[in-house]
Amino acid sequence: MSLFVQAFAWIFSPDRLSESPSLPLLVAQHVFFTFVSVIIAAVIAVPIGYLIGHTGRGREIAVAISGAARALPSFGLILLLVILIGVTLKSEAAFIAFVLLGIPSILAGAYAGIEAVDRRVIDAARAVGMTEWQILVRVEIPLGLPLLIGGLRAATLQVVATVTLAAYIGLGGLGLPIIAGLALRRFDQMLGAAIVIVALALLLDGAFALAERLVVPRGVTAGRTKDVRSTSSRRRAVMGTPIEEGRG
Amino acid sequence: MNWLINNWPLVLSLGVQHIRLSIPPIVLGFFISIPLGWLAYRFALTRGLLLTLAGLLYTIPSLAMFVILPPLLGISFLSELNLTIALTIYAVAIMSRSVADALGSVDPAIRQSATAVGFGSWRRFWTVEFPLAGPVILAGLRVAAVSTISLVTVGILIGVDSLGYLFTNGSQRRIVLEILSGVIAVMLIALVVDFLLVRLGRLLMPWAPRPERRRAKREPEVAV
Repeated sequence: MSLFVQAFAWIFSPDRLSESPSLPLLVAQHVFFTFVSVIIAAVIAVPIGYLIGHTGRGREIAVAISGAARALPSFGLILLLVILIGVTLKSEAAFIAFVLLGIPSILAGAYAGIEAVDRRVIDAARAVGMTEWQILVRVEIPLGLPLLIGGLRAATLQVVATVTLAAYIGLGGLGLPIIAGLALRRFDQMLGAAIVIVALALLLDGAFALAERLVVPRGVTAGRTKDVRSTSSRRRAVMGTPIEEGRG
Repeated sequence: MNWLINNWPLVLSLGVQHIRLSIPPIVLGFFISIPLGWLAYRFALTRGLLLTLAGLLYTIPSLAMFVILPPLLGISFLSELNLTIALTIYAVAIMSRSVADALGSVDPAIRQSATAVGFGSWRRFWTVEFPLAGPVILAGLRVAAVSTISLVTVGILIGVDSLGYLFTNGSQRRIVLEILSGVIAVMLIALVVDFLLVRLGRLLMPWAPRPERRRAKREPEVAV
């Protein structure tokens, strides 16, 4: 346990501010890499996910991609891209790896969000004369937002973990004190950095969990059953899935 | 291709080592998740507690987990045990949620019928609820197995040899093909294990809905 005391001593030591790179800088790098990668991944994945969700086409491809991505070793992918693209462009290579790793979860969140919308709601929207575009923007996207944010949450955590590993190629971020400490046998430094990484991951996870709740439209929560384990649980799960005839 | 032709025995032995390292976390995770998933399914209090804890543990990046576990458990940092425990924690975090969801997906009418014909809760769990929850549990097991196989590679940073060795060694020696072989070998193992789990599931659970048949069955239920 004394190692934990030393780890906290390492975190709060004034040296963390004066040395280069300072601990706040490493945190900032970590957050920067994560956010930029997730935003780029979202710009790519959300439109594709919405297209798949709205038309119901290409779903098998999206499922296959997210399945294969889970098997892809992220550490290997970073090192592979750095060697392929060039060591001089290692931050660009790492960014490509982070974006690639973020895409599958966001894609799944985007199309699952739209797919989970009750087909009858969409039929009703069509019946009152909404265009396809209006159905997507006013009905499907707002109702699918919690699942999309769930996808962004998973992608963010995946990227936070991968940025940590990217310190191996000298990218910076909070993995750096761990990788550097490994060679120097500085366990207080490694544990201190690990604690900061965990705190960062939990903070981001909590922020996304909050956002997931906040974006649920008021009309949805009004009619929701509260008891999780009542007899209704199965029926609700069934109602959430779209009727197959709606697919192309 | 030269590198692979000259080094395939290395890839093969590392692959075997990789599989050996992947099995204990998957198997242990499965057996630990069943009672935990049941607890999460059965009581509202333990549900919130366990699923929140599982969610939080799952957010911890692997490298940080490898660093935090040894001082907590008093084990060596550079050890296989460290890797096994860390990966078991991730597997439990994934699977306990899917076991809880799976048990929740069993039709309450079936559960009540089993009770009505005189099944005690222990026998009802093992002969009715668990088999019917099987297909959803299998889905969680597949996710856990594939991500465990992929995560074993990070173990190379704490000195545990696996296919991850090809990543660090290939990176130091700047051999693209070495890293690529490692990535493909890991994905191949994951793919084969996933396929075997699906086949095993079909063998053990012939009642599980097949993808094509489920579609036909689902429609009338939605119409209710």
